Amino acid sequence: MTPKDCDPIITVRGLDNAFGEQVIHHDLNLTVCRGEILGVVGGSGTGKSVLLRSIIGLQTPDAGEIEVLGENMIDRTEDEAKNIRRRWGILFQNGALFSTLTVAENVEVPIREYFPYIEPPLLDEIASFKIAMGGLPADAGPKYPSELSGGMVKRAGIARALALDPELLFLDEPTSGLDPIAAAAFDQLILSLQRRLGLTVFLITHDLDTLHSICDRIAVLADKRVLGVGTIPELLALDHPWIQEYFNGPRGRAAAASYEHEVVA
Amino acid sequence: MADHDHPQGEDAHDAHGSVYRVAGALTITRAATTQREIDALPDPLTIDLSEIERMDTVGAWIVYRTVRDRHAEVIGASRDEVSLLKQVGEFDHPVKVHPEEQASFFRVLSEIGEWMADIGTTLLGLLGFFGATLIGSANVIRRPARRFRLNAVVTRFDVVGVRALGIIGLMSFLIGIVIAQQGAVQLAQFGAEVYTINLIGRITVRELGVLMTAIMVAGRSGSAFAAQIGTMKITEEIDAMRTIGVSPVEALVIPRMMAAIVMMPLLAFWAIVTALLGGGLFVWFDLTIPPLTYIQRLQEVIPMTDLWIALIKAPVFGFIIALAGCFQGMLVQGNSEEVGSRTTTAVVQSIFLVIVLDAVFAVFFSSIGWK
Repeated sequence: MTPKDCDPIITVRGLDNAFGEQVIHHDLNLTVCRGEILGVVGGSGTGKSVLLRSIIGLQTPDAGEIEVLGENMIDRTEDEAKNIRRRWGILFQNGALFSTLTVAENVEVPIREYFPYIEPPLLDEIASFKIAMGGLPADAGPKYPSELSGGMVKRAGIARALALDPELLFLDEPTSGLDPIAAAAFDQLILSLQRRLGLTVFLITHDLDTLHSICDRIAVLADKRVLGVGTIPELLALDHPWIQEYFNGPRGRAAAASYEHEVVA
Repeated sequence: MADHDHPQGEDAHDAHGSVYRVAGALTITRAATTQREIDALPDPLTIDLSEIERMDTVGAWIVYRTVRDRHAEVIGASRDEVSLLKQVGEFDHPVKVHPEEQASFFRVLSEIGEWMADIGTTLLGLLGFFGATLIGSANVIRRPARRFRLNAVVTRFDVVGVRALGIIGLMSFLIGIVIAQQGAVQLAQFGAEVYTINLIGRITVRELGVLMTAIMVAGRSGSAFAAQIGTMKITEEIDAMRTIGVSPVEALVIPRMMAAIVMMPLLAFWAIVTALLGGGLFVWFDLTIPPLTYIQRLQEVIPMTDLWIALIKAPVFGFIIALAGCFQGMLVQGNSEEVGSRTTTAVVQSIFLVIVLDAVFAVFFSSIGWK
């Protein structure tokens, strides 16, 4: 189901993950192509976050191969890992902003870490245009994370994720906890950033609206593996009970209907 | 990738200004150098992008700000680069980066003011909290069958008292040995080693047993009270309790307070006994005073009032520790960082208050003739 002209940016082959007796993934395979927005869905406890953590190297899998941006992610040295980390941005589920730093300082952290010779005035300007890029208002820069609303925390998180102009963006449930208006705005932000900057986006979500409106392909996690990857019609053709339930349940139908309205209008 | 990450910025200048020619990649990797090279060139500046291979948003920003601030002219830019320059330009809003800082004099003044206001509200809050616990206790006493939480209280007794026996016993035992050893060395200068027993007996029973126990309980249980209640505050468990109709004071504070008040005298007594034991062992082995003589001497030199003083002070200290711990826990709001700072404050406050009260008690008991 991988498109023919796919330039793989993430390749996962034969991934096994287990916590003690509990097997999370068994022989999981997934390919993410350059320039696409891939949505990852699955019920609670199917290991979406574990998959993300394995790909970004926060967790060492029991078996399998993971390649990101052409580099092997398993058994690599700290220096090699640093080179890859510079080329991706990650938005954690709850933002994971450093609580003792302001929003602007949060955005500056990765830049300072990798490019300490950038002069403060230029650094501040870079931080402030990244903040504007994340869609935050002008007065957000000097605020501390505890002073921000949930939606603003996510926007600040994305501004930090974009700090180093990454090729690849990982988003863990970007719209969870946002009201529908903020969630829709955030979807549009992701889409416009992806189009402008040519990003590849790996996105974990439960939000059916996000899947309909911005994802190019969707990967479904169930039964410890990726059941299928494709557009929603392609997935529905698979005739798996969970997929049917997910996209054809009351919420799935509502999201599909509203999306069709939007397209027609 | 390494190759084209090194653009050659060539600069040529003549009487009519200068040209900055970018070749290769203009990305964040070269941001610092590029900016420095551009800054070194005189106006009017022309930036030539005809040989550029790759540009990211930071590179585009550097070109954009040079155009904005120095009215530089950009030549040779392809469609992609023009659109990227336009895009970064769209995000050029005056975003503030640093919080506004006041002049240092006013800052100091306002910090002192905030500090004083903080002390005032803390004291007021402590008084209010004290009142709330009194009301809670009154409710429990009025309807003990329904309001008294036996399980919670027994659990706290176990955690605060029984589980502290080991560490408090060990600590006191060692302190007994240290007092005996230091005392023996000093008193030996006067040939008065035998008075080591007076020293051990009176200092541990009257002062150190209780004080060291209070410090240990503050560090062990007072901090735990603050952290537990503070965490429950953040996870909204306390709000949930209130909405269900369970009073957090009755469910959380009173069991902890009871545990601290009841366990402190018991632990203090245990500490006194182990300290006397430690001192006794030292006296036996070092000064060769047999245990029976040691006990006999202790009986002669320690007035009963010393023990009463200890046992009166202990529950008061326990109360102070539980009050400070629970109060600071209840004050937690916002983020998890606050749990840590409130826990620290609880321990510092309770140890400080315990020592202040100990001094008050010392003066008081001496003046009523319990010497």
